[in-house]
This record gives sequence, C-alpha cells and structure tokens, in this order.
Amino acid sequence: MKIKFLIKNLNIILSVIMILLCLAFLFIIDANNGSNKYLITIIEKSLVYAVVALSMNLVIGFTGLFSLGQAGFMAIGAYITAIFTIPIKFRESIYYVEGINADLATMTLPIPIAIILGGLVAAIIAAIIGIPILTLKSDYLAIATLGLSEIIRAVIASPMMNTITNGSYGLKRIPSFSGVLECFIYCGICILLMALVINSSYGRDFKAIREDEVAARAVGIDIFKAKEISFVISSFFAGVAGGLLAMFMRSIESRTFSVNLTYEILLIVVLGGIGSITGSIIGSFVVNIGKEALRVFDKPFTIFGFMVDWPIFREGFRMVIFSILLMVVVLFFKKGIMGGKEFTFDNIIKFFKKKGEKHE
Amino acid sequence: MQYFLEQCLIGISIGGAYALIAIGYTLVYGILRLINFAHGDIFMVAGYIMIFTTANFPIYISIPITIIATCILGVVIEKVAYKPLRTAPRMSIMISAIGVSYFLQNFATYLFTALPSNYPPIYFLKKQIHIGYLKTNMADILTPIITILLVLILIWILKHTKIGLSMRAVSRDYEAASLMGIKINNTISYTFAIGSILAAVGSILYFTNRASVFPYSGSMPGLKCFVAAVFGGIGSIPGALIGGFFIGLCETLIKAVGYSTFSDAFTFVILIIVLLLRPTGLFGEKIIDKV
Repeated sequence: MKIKFLIKNLNIILSVIMILLCLAFLFIIDANNGSNKYLITIIEKSLVYAVVALSMNLVIGFTGLFSLGQAGFMAIGAYITAIFTIPIKFRESIYYVEGINADLATMTLPIPIAIILGGLVAAIIAAIIGIPILTLKSDYLAIATLGLSEIIRAVIASPMMNTITNGSYGLKRIPSFSGVLECFIYCGICILLMALVINSSYGRDFKAIREDEVAARAVGIDIFKAKEISFVISSFFAGVAGGLLAMFMRSIESRTFSVNLTYEILLIVVLGGIGSITGSIIGSFVVNIGKEALRVFDKPFTIFGFMVDWPIFREGFRMVIFSILLMVVVLFFKKGIMGGKEFTFDNIIKFFKKKGEKHE
Repeated sequence: MQYFLEQCLIGISIGGAYALIAIGYTLVYGILRLINFAHGDIFMVAGYIMIFTTANFPIYISIPITIIATCILGVVIEKVAYKPLRTAPRMSIMISAIGVSYFLQNFATYLFTALPSNYPPIYFLKKQIHIGYLKTNMADILTPIITILLVLILIWILKHTKIGLSMRAVSRDYEAASLMGIKINNTISYTFAIGSILAAVGSILYFTNRASVFPYSGSMPGLKCFVAAVFGGIGSIPGALIGGFFIGLCETLIKAVGYSTFSDAFTFVILIIVLLLRPTGLFGEKIIDKV
C-alpha cells in the first residue's frame, strides 16, 4: 500500500526533493556570498531570463501567436518598479536634469507590490492594444508587436517624460535582491503560476488554437478571448520579469529594452524548445552559462599547456561562436533541447525503461 | 519656407534609400512569405564593405565591388539559413531570419567593434548644390532619381524577362510554378540577389548622408523599411516605392519640428494604423484564407 502510493507519486516526490536540493544549494552559496558573487550573478540572471522566456513561450509556443513585444512590456515593469522603489534620499541626485515629478518624489512602495504593479500596468496596456492587434495574422502580428515595443521605448525615452522616467538618462540605485534566495522565490512563484495557467483549461484552449485555429473555433473555443487572455498573462509576467531585471541590474535605461533583448529571449525559447516549460528554464540557464563559459575565447588562452594566441581570439569572439551555435540549433535541431516535452521524473523513468526494453 | 523645402528634399532622399530596401522586403515576402529580418543587417554589412573597399580602391571600382559582395552575401544567407527550412513551419524560417540578423550584428561587432566607423566621403555625392535659394548636396538630388530609375529597370525585368516571369509565377502560386517546370530555388536566389543589390545601392546613398556605420545601424532602418513595404502593400513594387518616400518624408519632418525621439515610434504608429484600416496596404492584393 505504502509502496504503491510512493510509486504513484514518485514524480511529485522527486520534484519536491529536487526543489529542496536547489534551495539548500542556494542557501549555501547565499551564506558565503562573498566568494560566490560571480555564480550568484549568473544564477540570478538565468532565473530572471527564465521568467521572461517562459512568458514569451506562453504566447509563441503554447498559443502560436508570434509576438515580439516582450522587451516593451519588460520596460514598463522595470521602470515602474524602479520609480517606486528607489530610496527617496537618492532621487534628487538621479533626476538631476529636470527634477522629479512632485507627486512621485516621496512615494515608495514595497518591492513585491511595485513589481506586481509593473506587471498589472503592462497587462492593461497589452489588453487594450490586444483588441485590435490580435486579429492580425502571424508575421503582421510579429511586426506590429515589435512596433509596439519600440513605441513604448520611445515614450519612455522622450523628453516629455523626463520628470517621471528620467528620459534617456536612465535610472540608477534600484534596490537589489537581498540574496539569491529572494530572487529564486520571486522567479519560482512566477514560473509556478505560468505552469498552472498552461495546465489549466485555458492552457488547453491555447494549445488547441496553436494546432488548428479553425478546428478550435469549430469545437466552440472563443478564439479571440483565449488569444487575449494568453497575451495579457504573458505581458503581465513580462512586466514582472522586467521589474526583476531592474532589481538584478540595479540601473536601467531605455536602450536596455531594445529589439535585441526580445531577440535574445526568443533565441532562449527556441533553444529550450518551443512549447516546453522546463525547456525555457533550461534554455535560459544554458544560454547565460554558455555566454560566460565562452568568455575564454575573448582573449588568447592556453589549452593543454599550449598558448593559443591566434589573432581571431579577441573581444566579441564569444558572441560570434554563440550566434553560430544558435544558428546550428535553429537549422538542424529545430526542436531545441526539450522539443515540446517536459522535464519530469516520469518522463526520465519512461526514457530509461524504453532503453532497457530495447536492450533486451 | 526655405527650411521646410530643404527638409523635404532630405526626406525624399532618405525615402529613396528606404524605398530601395523596402523593395528587397517586398520581393522576398512575395515569394517566400517571410519577413527577412536580416535584410537590414545586409544593408549594414554593405556599409562596412564600402568602407573597406574605398580604403584600398578608387571609388569607381569599390562601388561595383560593394554591390557584388552584398549580392553574394544575400544569396549565401538564403542558401544557408532559409533553404533548409523550405518545408518547415513559417515560424521556424522567421526565427532563422532573426538568428541570421543576430549573427551578422555580433560578427560586425567582433570585426569592427561597436564604435561607429567613418563612412568614406564620396566627393561626387557630397558636392554642394544651390537650386534657387535652396542649399542641398548631390546625394539628395540623385537618390530619388537613382531610386526611380532602378525601380523602372526592376519593373522591366519583372515584366519582360524570363527571370521576372518566373519570379511572378512563383509568388503567385508556389506549387503550381514548380509543377510547370520553374526552378524554384534559382528563382528565389535571383530574388535575394536583386534585393541585396538594391540594398547595397540604398546603403551607399543612405550612409553618404550619415557619415558613420555601426553594427546596429541596420536594424532600425530595416524595420522602418519593412513598415514602408507594408504601407504600400506587401508584394507591390510601386507600393514599396511610395511607402519608402512617405516614411522618409514623415520621419524627416517630425525630426525637423523637434520631436526626434518620436520619429521611430511614429513609423510604427503608421504601421499599426495601416494594419488595422487596410491590412493589405495601399496597393496590396486581397488574400482570402481558405480552410
């Protein structure tokens, strides 16, 4: 009886154990964060990018809407978080150009509320703009959302917003995470919520639309409503992730949220596997760790005692290798790391069982 | 008034360069139904090729070299990044295009650093000209003329040559064209070659008035030119021409009034309005989706 129960829930039990192990690991490196600064930076960045990547995967991978507006929604979240959380004593020195808006000068919000507020504003803007935009077909939708993200960026950087967003000068001294654990908890909650949405009845609607829009309509799914919900939820989490990114980077400017940020996240989604939750998370870690690991190629290096100092190894070479690797994935491993599958212990056990059967 | 007219001339000149790039988008979209996100970066690479060839050769040799090299680059990108995905879903090809764009930007950053490089002054194009009381330079006058001339040649190619005929056939119906014995792959290569040649010419005309190139200088003009192509109706060459001039003119006038931060955003506002009111653009054909 007991064993049966164990086997039945093996997946959940193992997942919980793994999460606890992750927490313990993070707790240890958090405790001596002096020596692990580099590691902590990479983990925090990967976690934040995982949230954005998953929010993008929600629209692209699960609903089949090719939306490229993520950077714009992140910008909204990042700026709102920054505006409401920068300590009051620093504000005057940051808004040195035109001074700060009188209403905002003394207003602060606790960090979680500011982050959620950022997400909500992003979601509201997405809801309004989604009504006309979401009727567009695939590539038109892509270019329209890309345009939307550029419009948001232009508005933030415009001189008229100087007293609110500090225009093109950017914001500094944003309070950071108290430790990697805090970042893990925020990102973990976001990822969990998105996973719940994807596995809910709405999530099944999204997948039906992705597979065949006409057939989905025929079985009675309200296409427009489902698309709108997917777009709004995705934008909400993009806004939240923008707030987290602002906390991670501690200083933001409008140029951070250019089209290239969207492209970078899209490449994470593709690498991890379009339509896979765990794929996006793994993709984010692979990309961020890979970028750091390839750093050795930025300057002459030694391998097996030989000094390799060909002139090709200089600043920027890692990004060339990185983009070639990504092109290889896009061209030859179209499914990415995870394909449409999920990383669960059930699947791993199944995988090994199948292998065992083959050997027999 | 004088200021206004001078700004108009600049706008038309930028618009001409935009139109040339927009045609590249329109041609490729017409055939592959693909937004070639890398097109703007091809345009940027053409700028760098020009810098390096003028350092070693006189102008009249370096311009043809630039055009030929850009043309080869365009065709190679098609062969490497788009051809293997011919049967894949459209989203994969688009992601591949974004990947190519990412690669070209990183590669250019690696080779030439992220700092702007000086564009070689082409004295012939930089010459000051006075028309009445208007001051302008040769490039501003020549750009629209060259643009319209190239467009006329292109329309002639499309209407009266075998290549043009096959391009039109493929864009009308991909499968039927291949059944009728048209070599699809060759036709697509020609399309990319023509698009890249026009981008190279556009790049020379555009950067002459800018004086510097940097690795990201292609992405924004690239997107704007796509908007121009959508505005005119994607797949239509006169549409791309008019769209290019319209976007260039509007952008310059907005900058002239003093709202330069909004000039990029304005382009996208136009895009969204056009997509909502008339999704097929000014001259686009109506496409009916069949189940």
